[in-house]
Amino acid sequence: MNFIKASILRYQLGSLLLLVLLLAVVLPLSLDIFRLNLVGKYLTYAFVAVGLVMVWGYGGVLSLGQGVFFGIGGYAMAMFLKLEASDPITTKIQSTPGIPDFMDWNQITELPALWQPFKSLPLSLALVVLAPMALAWLVSFAMFKRRVGGVYFAIITQAVALICTVLIIGQQGYTGGVNGMTDLKTMLGWDTRTDSAKYILYYVCVGLLVLSILLCRWVQTSKLGTLLLAMRDKEDRVRFSGYDVSNFKVFTFCLAAGLSGIGGAMFALQVGFMSPSFVGIVPSIEMVIFCAVGGRMSLVGAVYGALLVNAGKTLFSESFPDLWLFLMAGLFIGVTMAFPMGLAGLWDEKIRPWWKGRRQALREAAVKPPTSTATAPAPASLSPSPSPEPQLPDGVGSQRA
Amino acid sequence: MNLSDMMNIGLMQGFAGLSLFAVLLLMGLGLAIIFGQMGVINMAHGEFMTIGAYSIYLAARVTESLTPAFMPYYFPIAIGLAFVFAFIVGWIVEWVLIRHLYKRPLDTLLATWGVSLGLQQIFRTFIGPKEVSPTLPEWLMGSWTPHEGLDIPINGLFVLMLTALVTGGVLVALHKSRWGLRVRATVANRTMANATGIDTMKTDRLTFAIGCGIAGMAGAAFTTIGSTGPTSGSLYIVDAFLVVTFGGAASLLGTVVSAFGIAQTQSISEFFMTGSMAKVLTLSLIVLILMIRPQGLFAVKVRR
Repeated sequence: MNFIKASILRYQLGSLLLLVLLLAVVLPLSLDIFRLNLVGKYLTYAFVAVGLVMVWGYGGVLSLGQGVFFGIGGYAMAMFLKLEASDPITTKIQSTPGIPDFMDWNQITELPALWQPFKSLPLSLALVVLAPMALAWLVSFAMFKRRVGGVYFAIITQAVALICTVLIIGQQGYTGGVNGMTDLKTMLGWDTRTDSAKYILYYVCVGLLVLSILLCRWVQTSKLGTLLLAMRDKEDRVRFSGYDVSNFKVFTFCLAAGLSGIGGAMFALQVGFMSPSFVGIVPSIEMVIFCAVGGRMSLVGAVYGALLVNAGKTLFSESFPDLWLFLMAGLFIGVTMAFPMGLAGLWDEKIRPWWKGRRQALREAAVKPPTSTATAPAPASLSPSPSPEPQLPDGVGSQRA
Repeated sequence: MNLSDMMNIGLMQGFAGLSLFAVLLLMGLGLAIIFGQMGVINMAHGEFMTIGAYSIYLAARVTESLTPAFMPYYFPIAIGLAFVFAFIVGWIVEWVLIRHLYKRPLDTLLATWGVSLGLQQIFRTFIGPKEVSPTLPEWLMGSWTPHEGLDIPINGLFVLMLTALVTGGVLVALHKSRWGLRVRATVANRTMANATGIDTMKTDRLTFAIGCGIAGMAGAAFTTIGSTGPTSGSLYIVDAFLVVTFGGAASLLGTVVSAFGIAQTQSISEFFMTGSMAKVLTLSLIVLILMIRPQGLFAVKVRR
């Protein structure tokens, strides 16, 4: 019993349990399937936000290219589904049946070599995770070895996002161009558009998300997590202690990329299409915002951030189509200025100490007779130990090579 | 095709590269001050350019309806106006937001992204969601033909000249004026500059506003080339950041060289492949070189 309690505390499972309760019980019971499918879509962004907590909050490196990894995962899944949707019978009116419709429009008569692996499901699923990780390794290895970080890394990842968008849009015959891949209907013959399939996919998404959070939590509590924090705050000192700092950073970046890939794949499955508009610079920055709003140091907070910002976006744009950009702008500016640690920081720094102080005051009042309150020692509001100043993972130290 | 035709094509292609160079340099210049010198990641830079472009559009509309006779001369004044408007908005943004964030450079990114969204919506609400282009004065249209078969567009020449003027002005101001001295001191060591009696807060605000004003002039120059919409700013932002980073953030000369290199790579490779693939190639080259030389082409060696 004590062991369970200890590990719940150690891995901070309390807040995770609350999240699971919300996602697995409260939301499915209170929302209809259309709204629940929307929540499932938001949750796919939460994968990216969780990865960003690792890279940005813990690693101290901001990546503005997470949309790329989300996109690669999504496209890997979408390519598998697209091949299944374009079997020779349904595409028999094309000049070459059996290939996706957009290839036919672009006068490609044979399935390109790039598409061959996506004929098999296991290979596609592996590529959902491995392809983003490979690209992440390629981008980050050289940079972290050369001690590039901070702003420069952010800008290079942003450039990578731009390159990928231009490439996807430009190579219309291979990728479907601006429209992306549409009409994804079945997975191994299973219709993904029915209500029951949507429920199942939603629960798969929640399950995968919880697993990802547990994985990240495990990394954080391991020695690696300690080193990451140490590195974020005093990189040189960790390096002088004999650690190869860059390897840890590359590892976290690849981990985040793999998680984003899973998110992208779940997106393609639940929403039924994938397009370059989820790859570029704007979505990548928005993903950073989800993480910032939720709290860049909190895995669970990042999920709430993704849910809140996206739900806000949907609701605002439904009811105030002219004002919602102002509201979003206000949200970004307000959160950055007032709550640099996001909602989770608000909880940790303001609400919890206040609650603890209050509880302690109540306890003291219960123990002591009310007449002696005048001589009571220090007021209860001062008694909880002041929380240390939050360290902002700005990569200030790491951008100087 | 004879030899002189070939030469004409070569010259025109070269000029196309040159005008792209001018565009990139104008975009990068304001950012080289804000990001390169001050270290603020200003994601709203594109929107400051849009402010400049809209100033030209509004000036053209006002001149057209009030004093049509003045049409041939309004353009230079409108460029000044573009600077002033962007300067004022930049001043306000620095005062409200940026000054609280100098110690958290990556957070300026988030806050200015919010600013950029807000500005985009302001454009959409008050000017309209459609792309607009101002009525340009007669003398900016057409092309200059030094000899048969060689056409150099005048608006390209104009942008090139404007770029040269602005770049020269910024270089001189930064290295020869009192303001430049204060800026460089503040950037190098804010605390020490403050201790020597420089009002760093004022310097920061002025520097940020001037950077925004230059972005406004860049936007003004773009109106001679293309139309402006609420989201056109976001098209330029990555290019602007790449130009500055590639040149070496702290070096203005680096910005000039990198803009030239990027423009020439782009326009030469456009000759051999489609425009989008040329862009992919150019950007990939920049990213690769930045991986090998992370501090950019002209790294300033300073110990901090």
